[in-house]
Amino acid sequence: MALVELRNVSKIYHLGGEEIRALDDLSLDIESGEFISIIGPSGSGKSTLMHILGCLDSPTKGTIQLDGTMIHNASPTELARIRNQKIGFVFQFFNLLPRLSVMQNVELPMVYAGAGSRERHERVMAALKLVGLENRSKHRPMQLSGGQQQRVASARALVNNPRIVFADEPTGNLDSNTGEAILDLFRTLSTQGRTIALVTHDPEIAAVTPRRIEIRDGKIAIKVDPKLAGLDRVPARVIPAESLPD
Amino acid sequence: MNFFNSISIGFKEIWAHKFRSALTMLGIVLGVSSLVAMSALVKGMENGMKEALVAIGGLEKVRVDEQDIPAAQRHLADQATGLTVRDVYALQRSAPLIKLVTPEMRLGRFATVTRGGKSPDWANIIGTWPTAIEMNQHEIQHGRMFNELDDELARNVCVIGTGVRDQLFGAPDKGGKENVVGETVQINGQPFHIIGVFQRYESELDRKIREMEKDQPKEETGGVQRRRGWGSGRGNNSWVYNMKNNTVYTPLNTMWLKLKSGGSGTNTVPDPRLSTMNIKVADIEVLEPALQQARNVMMHTHHGIEDFSFQTQENWSEGITQAIRNQRMSGGFISAISLLVGGIGIMNIMLASITERIREIGIRKAIGATFANVFIQILVESVVIAALGGVLGLAASQGIVQLLTLLSPTENTPIITVPAMLLALGLSACVGILAGLIPAFKAARLDPIQALRYE
Repeated sequence: MALVELRNVSKIYHLGGEEIRALDDLSLDIESGEFISIIGPSGSGKSTLMHILGCLDSPTKGTIQLDGTMIHNASPTELARIRNQKIGFVFQFFNLLPRLSVMQNVELPMVYAGAGSRERHERVMAALKLVGLENRSKHRPMQLSGGQQQRVASARALVNNPRIVFADEPTGNLDSNTGEAILDLFRTLSTQGRTIALVTHDPEIAAVTPRRIEIRDGKIAIKVDPKLAGLDRVPARVIPAESLPD
Repeated sequence: MNFFNSISIGFKEIWAHKFRSALTMLGIVLGVSSLVAMSALVKGMENGMKEALVAIGGLEKVRVDEQDIPAAQRHLADQATGLTVRDVYALQRSAPLIKLVTPEMRLGRFATVTRGGKSPDWANIIGTWPTAIEMNQHEIQHGRMFNELDDELARNVCVIGTGVRDQLFGAPDKGGKENVVGETVQINGQPFHIIGVFQRYESELDRKIREMEKDQPKEETGGVQRRRGWGSGRGNNSWVYNMKNNTVYTPLNTMWLKLKSGGSGTNTVPDPRLSTMNIKVADIEVLEPALQQARNVMMHTHHGIEDFSFQTQENWSEGITQAIRNQRMSGGFISAISLLVGGIGIMNIMLASITERIREIGIRKAIGATFANVFIQILVESVVIAALGGVLGLAASQGIVQLLTLLSPTENTPIITVPAMLLALGLSACVGILAGLIPAFKAARLDPIQALRYE
């Protein structure tokens, strides 16, 4: 069984009497340990897809299973718990709380999970070490560079050992060198066996992932099976996006 | 998310917006301090009133008076004995709920106490037992109270109050004698030795006025020299103290044998009837059964003729309770309004605060904060502001009370009570909870996606 199973998922908004199908009968599997990018222009529905996958939103129709749990009709509180324990988010604008220290920002998901302070401290330091910021734990987010802030955000996403990490345009607010470093970080995390889904509009960034799906008008436009494409062993970065079959 | 975490987040939020939080707290500070100060004032007033009640002997003291015989027993009028010392002995023997009984015998309007042609406007000349000192809460300042021997031998001795002393010998602060023990006065023309002088009785209020006047000698007022009469003391209860200060006590037997006979030396035994009798109940809780007991005993000694009645201080006490309740109501109402205004201030600032922090709330929700987590966080912040305001208000109330005492030192001293402080603190916490409910609900209900997008 796949880690995430979407079956015939639709999300329909009503705006001024007009029906907008942000997602239209979409089905998708994400296996455990996969490094996948969801690509598409703005308005394509990729954000909606990420919100639904990330348990921030519920679909109008269809079923979703995450790690063996049906979540398409879970209550807001259950969704909050799933977000807390099974999902990590990395956002374009970092979304760190400015008044909290790096340490406090990273431990926040553990605070909501109800972990004890000793355990929190240990795991926060481990997560910061993973992103290479273990000696910045007392700093405020504003005292760090953009790339460092995004690393802190990644540490926060990882601290509860989630089943899947969603990164929404994680490099969108960084210069290309720092962006590259962040992508490297994700690649490293992927090789450690973590499941990562990258949401972006930039095919070049999507190119780092072995598997890409493109969303257009709420549907999957391209579905690349990594095994069929022979991408599971080859470093993804070297394959130009244009060379992939339609 | 544990509770202490929420509180520490609340404090951080307040610290991050010091000026705003301080202004918001001010409403609660004013509400709480006015509540506490108001209740302290009322408590001071209550104490002043109760002081007078205690000075007259307290609620436990009941006066037994003679009463007209009921119509149904009118034909037995010639058998009615009136109050006598026999009643006192009977009550001492047979009414265990009565702690103390003292007889009182007066001469009525015809008694005068004089010295060298001077006599007081009015003196309350009473023949009684030595226990009267306990019954009526007297304290001896100079000399001694007469004892059983003085009574047994019907000696011509008396103990006087300071009011009588001041009028006979001149007030000590105007050159009169302070200690007049050993002097002789005339009561209805008979010489009496003064063997004791009582303390000066006055309310706390009068004492303060007197002390202030001592520090600042009164300017000579023009016009005709005059006494300002009975009402000169401040407060409504000054007559209690005036009455006590104008007491002259003699032994009961002296009163009966020497004064009631008119000192004429005839062989007829003077009228043995007492004017009144005071009884003291062991405890105010058993007032009702004790009175029943006393009535039963006295019905026996009076051969079933009910020519006596009981007079308690319950009416007075109820009057005090009523007055205090009214004061509390009006004070509480004003304070409640100011607390309400403070609460509205908190709600307003919390609403502004969550609007500023929509994005933060979105982030918290995205990483797993539930409705309850957010709700509690906002509520705790609101309660922390209110409770902090409450604590500051308690501190401020101390200052206000001191200020009031300074501005008007002759009033009853306001007393800050612990229950009033706890009530004020509890109310401020309640205000914090109520004021935080709506903002907390609005914050907790935010949709994480929209909150994250909010700029």
